[in-house]
Amino acid sequence: MAIRGTEIKIEGLSQRYPSRKVPTFNRVDLVSPPGEALAIIGRSGCGKSTLLHILAGITKGTEGRVLLNGTAVNGPSPRWVMMFQAPHLYPWMTVTQNVGVGLTFARWGKKETEERVNDAIRLVELQDFAQANVQDLSGGQQQRVALARSLVMEPELLLLDEPFSALDAFTRAALQKDVRAISKRLGFNIVIVTHDIDEAVIVADRAVIMAGSPGDIVHEMDVDLPDPRDRTDPQVQQLRARLMATFQEAANYKKPEVALAGAGGR
Amino acid sequence: MSFASTPARQGGFLSLGQIALQRLAWALGGVAVLAALWLVAGHMISSNPKTASYSTFGLIPTLEAFPHMWEEGKIQAASVASGYRLGMGLLIAILIGVPLGVLVGRIKWFAAYSNSPFQFIRMVSPLAWMPIAVLVFSTWNGSIIFLIAIASVWPVLFATAAGLAKVDPAWFKVARNLGASPVQMLTKIIMPAIAFDVFSGIRLALGVAWIVLVPAEYLGVTSGLGYAIEDARETLSYNHLTALVVTIGVIGYVLDTTLVMLIKRFSWHRGGAA
Repeated sequence: MAIRGTEIKIEGLSQRYPSRKVPTFNRVDLVSPPGEALAIIGRSGCGKSTLLHILAGITKGTEGRVLLNGTAVNGPSPRWVMMFQAPHLYPWMTVTQNVGVGLTFARWGKKETEERVNDAIRLVELQDFAQANVQDLSGGQQQRVALARSLVMEPELLLLDEPFSALDAFTRAALQKDVRAISKRLGFNIVIVTHDIDEAVIVADRAVIMAGSPGDIVHEMDVDLPDPRDRTDPQVQQLRARLMATFQEAANYKKPEVALAGAGGR
Repeated sequence: MSFASTPARQGGFLSLGQIALQRLAWALGGVAVLAALWLVAGHMISSNPKTASYSTFGLIPTLEAFPHMWEEGKIQAASVASGYRLGMGLLIAILIGVPLGVLVGRIKWFAAYSNSPFQFIRMVSPLAWMPIAVLVFSTWNGSIIFLIAIASVWPVLFATAAGLAKVDPAWFKVARNLGASPVQMLTKIIMPAIAFDVFSGIRLALGVAWIVLVPAEYLGVTSGLGYAIEDARETLSYNHLTALVVTIGVIGYVLDTTLVMLIKRFSWHRGGAA
């Protein structure tokens, strides 16, 4: 698998719903270079998920545009693939069939599909479960299948919408490391939306904080740490503390009365 | 008999072969009870001078009629004629019911608009359509196929719609995200997701169609199981009549069992939804 990343450019992006007075977010600008893993952190309701859905082409913004390598995003494409909070696997398909479903849509040949699918299954370390019924897998394994299903398309950009929030702490930590390692090996971009500071520190090269109403990017911080990253590493903990302080500051500034609730990360 | 439905967990208690044998024994036992009741009833009819002329209704005369009717080809001819009408009627019901069911399950406004007319037409007894069918269709065959179709389209339609309503909307989102075309969405996602419900609907439809078929064949046509029954009644060959009734029961049972197997084959639901 050889993938390269893409330059993401968000220009003056706004989203407003007719039923609400205040826009969800207003004139957001953001640039991410090819191969970067970018985390968008913020509390529930700050518009970060909406932003991600617009990036994926699932939702349309009211104003502004999203460019990937200079091409405007106007809808979903296998070049930019989204992974959701739940795996949403197809229960009538095996692991292999689930992973290959996107290639089936693209009418790939049987042999090429098989090769790519096997590669993707190896990447997420599910070789022993290739022919399993997905309903027999654990939550973490199911989310790995969903990851392989996205990776098999060799996307330039992988969009992650709190993808590990439903998993137990051990599985979550393992998958966070794996996603980062795979993205670095294959070179694709990541945009991960999360309210978990730890997740941002483990996965991302850079974190931006969204806050306020209408939401906007109020801070950003480079996560300049060597790989592989470990939670117990003092450097990681130091950066985590700094990011947490920045996050609280951003939250405090906008809504002081609920700042502590937002600091917990969940 | 809860252990019979969870054979895998009872591996140490009864082997799969033993369970199959036990099920067969129960099935045969049930049939034996039915046969015994029939035998007794037949005996009572023939031993009472008032009803003795109907003694050929009994089990033994019926069993004796089978080889004779088979050699004459009566059973085969009647079954093929009825099977053709049933098959065509069901096919039309499926070809209309599944697409309409998909529309009802997938498009909210269509469901809202169609609900009242569908429920209204559904509640009209299929046999009430008979005079209209006879006027509209030039052949009796056409009318009977129409009656079967209009009776069996509803279970297919509503089961399809209900199946679709249960589908996880995220499956569509994921498929679109991975580049599925609308046709692929239908063939790769929607159809496998609801195959179980569609076949369950077809199973119900088959039951209705089979029930409508026989009375519909009492009228006009000169072939099929319903006609053969009516013919046997008029010629007072009661053992032929009961042999045909048994034939109807056996064919219905075989068709239903086949559909149950299809439902199991296409069921991906865990927890024995079939």
